[in-house]
Amino acid sequence: MMDNEIDRELLEKIADLLGKPVGAFNIRKDSGCDGRQSTEHIEITSKTDGKSGIDIRIKDGTVGETCHIPVIITKSGIEEMVYNDFYIGENCNVEIVAGCGIHNCGDQTSRHDGLHTFYVGKNSHVHYTEKHYGEGDGKGGRVMNPQTVVYLEEGASIQMDTTQIRGIDSTKRDTKIVCGKNAEAVVTERLLTHGEQTAESDMEIVLDGENSRGRVISRSVAQDTSSQVFYPRMVGNAQCFGHVQCDSIIMGEAKIKSIPAITANCTEAQLVHEAAIGKIAGEQLLKLETLGLTEEEAEDCILKGFLA
Amino acid sequence: MLELKSISYAVREGDSELGILKDISLTIDDHKLVVFTGPNGGGKTTLAKIIMGLVKPTSGQILWNGQDITDLGITERARLGISYGFQQPPRFKGLTVRDLLTLASGDEKLSKDKCCQYLTKVGLCANDYLDREVDVSLSGGEVKRIEIATILARNSQLMIFDEPEAGIDLWSFARLTETFEQIHATGTATMIIISHQERIISLADEVIVVGDGTIRHRGSAADILPQILADTLGGCPVLTKGGDAQ
Repeated sequence: MMDNEIDRELLEKIADLLGKPVGAFNIRKDSGCDGRQSTEHIEITSKTDGKSGIDIRIKDGTVGETCHIPVIITKSGIEEMVYNDFYIGENCNVEIVAGCGIHNCGDQTSRHDGLHTFYVGKNSHVHYTEKHYGEGDGKGGRVMNPQTVVYLEEGASIQMDTTQIRGIDSTKRDTKIVCGKNAEAVVTERLLTHGEQTAESDMEIVLDGENSRGRVISRSVAQDTSSQVFYPRMVGNAQCFGHVQCDSIIMGEAKIKSIPAITANCTEAQLVHEAAIGKIAGEQLLKLETLGLTEEEAEDCILKGFLA
Repeated sequence: MLELKSISYAVREGDSELGILKDISLTIDDHKLVVFTGPNGGGKTTLAKIIMGLVKPTSGQILWNGQDITDLGITERARLGISYGFQQPPRFKGLTVRDLLTLASGDEKLSKDKCCQYLTKVGLCANDYLDREVDVSLSGGEVKRIEIATILARNSQLMIFDEPEAGIDLWSFARLTETFEQIHATGTATMIIISHQERIISLADEVIVVGDGTIRHRGSAADILPQILADTLGGCPVLTKGGDAQ
């Protein structure tokens, strides 16, 4: 496990892992299992229905525990579809750290497609972090298509933080969250594309239960000739509150399309959306230059802050 | 010491040229507090921006501590010890007050205590503001005070403030003038403050009245303040020409 420099660097980038993780973990490397550990409260098992992937079962009342499930691909030409299902009991408060790193030095496309499905029990809170990163000087593409489906029971909540750091040539994200009574979903999405990369993010938050709440904060930067498309949608089917906020910085010859949508199917639904696309303001660069930064350092600082 | 020699700045307007600054020469000694004042559109901000490098003069020369900085960029001038507080500071989505203070100070490990000192001087509490983003959630007055705090954190040899009082409430304004007085008393920096406030003008070692792109008057606050008041009261052409308001 983590037996070479590339593995170590990828795991640090995508899961902040330095050494063996504490708590439950499953490290998937080149379509195989590179290490696994269950704990008293978090059980990780391989799927038994013939599909590739794992089941994660978290017992009722599990509080303050973490579960790392990073995926790394270091061989060119690997293409996989993985199904991970999370069954989170009632009254839990747990942190789940996923993420995928591809190191492709070859000429064949490396591709990771994943479907994560979360069943979050009553009054449980999940903090889910997912980082995507690609590197390697081969001509082969680095492709990731993550799907995330979350079902929140009464009083449950999820804070979902997703980040595409850099180096992913093509991605199509698909996220759906269904909120029950008093449930809350907060999604922060950070995405950077450069070169000729393409990214598409399709998101739907369904506020089904009374007093449910949803919030999407999406920030992206498109550089060079890359292109991005966002479809964040909020659907209110009950007395609920939803807010979608998309901000993008456009650079070079990039293209960004942002199409937020809000749908109310109940008179008590209160939904708001905001979307903005623009380049870095000249005054921002000038201000940072007056603090002693060069123009390049100022631009880097603004982008880092924006995507933090 | 700052020396401006025959500084002019003009912009093209159609076929003709419009002079914004006309042959301004000026020397400001170290550790002086100098106030630029005068009517709106007279050229005060352009002159200050020329010193920082935000505007390039059409002709003339700028010397800072004997070095010709006329062709240096903003970054280089900042690194030579010149700082500039904007009249309308930009906002940054994603950068916090702490981030800006840290960048300004150049100390990556700037302590909370230090941040607190800078913010207190502009009437803000670090606990309430340090981790807030400098975005639209802050009022104009709050952003302005944070801007001034970044100049304090920069702690440079020459501090330029463009209308620091604009948008600031009376209580914070009193705190701010005390801060200017303290900096001046310690003799650690030269300050150029663009201001219309009598309270700030009265702090100055020298007041320079800029109007129509030229230096109209310069002298001590005691000399200049009565002239400003006289100009202001007699400055209405309708009253002067007709004798009565129409």
